[in-house]
Amino acid sequence: MSAPDAVPSASHAPLYRRLFLIAVVALALALRFDLLTLEAQTAGTLTLILWTTALALIALEASDALGISRRWLVIALPMLWLFVFFLVPFLVLGRISIAESMIARPPYSPLWERGSDGSLEIIASLDNYRFLLSDALYRNAYLSSFRVAAISTIFALLIGYPLAYYIARAPEPRRSILLLLVILPFWTSFLLRVYAWIGFLRRDGVINNILTWAGVIDEPLVMMQTDLAVYIGIVYTYLPFMILPLYANLVKLDGALLEAAGDLGASPMVTFLTITLPLSLPGIVAGSMLVFIPAIGEYVIPALLGGPDTLMIGRVLWDEFFASRDWPVASAVAIVMLVLVVLPIMWLQSVQNREVPK
Amino acid sequence: MKRTTLAAAIACLAAPAPALAEGELHLYIWSDYITDAAIERFAEETGITVSVDVYDSNETLEARMLAGGSGYDVVVPTTDFMQRQIAAGVYQPLDREQLGNLEHMDEGLMARAATFDPGNEHGTVYMWGTTGIGYNIDMVAERLGEDYEVNSWELLFDPEIAAQVADCGISMLDAPTEMIPAALAYLGLDPQSHSDEDLEVAGELLASVREHVRYYHSSQYIGDLANGEVCVSVGWSGDVFQAAARAEEADRGVNVWYAIPEEGAMVWFDMLAIPSDAPNAENAHLFINYLMEPDVIAEVTNYVWYANANRSSWPMVDAEITADPAIFPPQEVMDRLFTGVTYTSREDRALTRMWTRVRTGQ
Repeated sequence: MSAPDAVPSASHAPLYRRLFLIAVVALALALRFDLLTLEAQTAGTLTLILWTTALALIALEASDALGISRRWLVIALPMLWLFVFFLVPFLVLGRISIAESMIARPPYSPLWERGSDGSLEIIASLDNYRFLLSDALYRNAYLSSFRVAAISTIFALLIGYPLAYYIARAPEPRRSILLLLVILPFWTSFLLRVYAWIGFLRRDGVINNILTWAGVIDEPLVMMQTDLAVYIGIVYTYLPFMILPLYANLVKLDGALLEAAGDLGASPMVTFLTITLPLSLPGIVAGSMLVFIPAIGEYVIPALLGGPDTLMIGRVLWDEFFASRDWPVASAVAIVMLVLVVLPIMWLQSVQNREVPK
Repeated sequence: MKRTTLAAAIACLAAPAPALAEGELHLYIWSDYITDAAIERFAEETGITVSVDVYDSNETLEARMLAGGSGYDVVVPTTDFMQRQIAAGVYQPLDREQLGNLEHMDEGLMARAATFDPGNEHGTVYMWGTTGIGYNIDMVAERLGEDYEVNSWELLFDPEIAAQVADCGISMLDAPTEMIPAALAYLGLDPQSHSDEDLEVAGELLASVREHVRYYHSSQYIGDLANGEVCVSVGWSGDVFQAAARAEEADRGVNVWYAIPEEGAMVWFDMLAIPSDAPNAENAHLFINYLMEPDVIAEVTNYVWYANANRSSWPMVDAEITADPAIFPPQEVMDRLFTGVTYTSREDRALTRMWTRVRTGQ
């Protein structure tokens, strides 16, 4: 370090960082080969932290060595995240979906096999996808999932829009409180909240008790195990996802536009339909997406609240995976689902992007 | 008992096959199926640290076993599932040298379990029970008369009778492998039949009563029977007794009971088995041998209300349980019980498909 000129550019990186990197890797390896004994959970957590740190340090080294700006490291993290938690699982699914189901561990055929003459033989077929076409069950399940998701989205919009509108217009201290109330349910587990609905909807539940007490009904209403319960569950659960983007959009609405419309003689209704509604369209689209997409693959809510004839793709997937033990067909069902959802979204986005420059 | 913490989840991510220190045992068992006291005593006697995770369906266990590398040392599959898993190479043969307490096991019951695992090579019976009818005594009497005796599958499978109790709620297990043999028994056909024709007829019978069924679910009925939400459920013996106990505890006038239909019912065995990739196979043997100690298993039975297959333990089990014909059925009932069937992949697919049709009409 006494003669910096002589050092090649790649080693400008401070020495301590390299020493740190070596220490981190050494520690991780020590854990890996049991040179250090820790409780399994602590060791696991520590290993994860160590390797992540090591990777980050190596990335820094590499970017310096290659003379690349460090700015890309900022995007690298989300990219890595998408790669590890989205692309890799997707590829694994894709790979299983072209295999054959068999009684083995894992329960599907390997991607390749050595033939008796040592040649590589690749085992892959689209039979599983063909199978999905051969039985109307899958088409009906997709369609009915779309229907349930679409109806839920419409109801979430009808309830969420006025709420978001009201919150966006509320004066400041109240607005924050209302927003907090929208987010508050997230502090409890989603599963618990769905279970809570069982307490409301069941025969001996809150709603039936109140209605009976008030004399509205003589016999308790059967609400559990019906489609109604599923819709209530989905709309309730995903309502905040509708309200928040709508609120974010509506709160930015320029009040001067509304005043101008009023000055020009437009009634409040006309103002709403010609100004507020079109301007809030991006919020409507964002909110609807956030409700529609998870609702389509919903498994828990129909399983807990729905009746026997609630046919949704989540359940079909469960059946294929667990009851038929056919991981390849289950993977094919999932891939088709993903394609059916992702393609319209990509199309919608490209449409939106084309509209923006205008 | 559940210890699936975030840290554990991360540990799984970071180190798929953690090299485990000696003196550990990882048990994966049905929820509410063993006592804390039994586990603590084992830990004290051996110095082995035991961790317990729970599941609520054979399917969940099977998926983890088939994926491999679960890290569990002892698991508790039910016989019909276990047979297929053995074929997939999921379990290791037990070392009988290390299982001296096998001498306490009831030969007749072990022989029945051996129809799925010849020679009981991969497992020993932990608990066993039947799949029968759980019902709300008062609600059923109110609809079918005080004299009506619940002792036949007709309560569920005869559309006319089912229609009369439909309004107070009928539930069935969400498992074709349980419901199809029951339907076959009611029809007087071989409950273990593999013939397409028989399975088709059973499917039609199940579909014909679908309109009277409130829901198909394999655990929800426990709570629902207990609080009167449903009045007739196809259920597992111990689960129904659990519902009965809960109803009694709540003391709100709900009386639940369990019947083994006279047409016959399925008897099943939950087996103690060791995965072939168990990290602590030796400790697993120690634990299985410990669970065959008569006083240990008697205590567990007193808690879970399922019969065990440990003949030497029976004198130590509460008389209330051993005297109950629904838990320890007398010989003439035993003779009418049939074991489950392990279907081929093709049959499984056909059954799942048929079951979807029964459930949804699609």
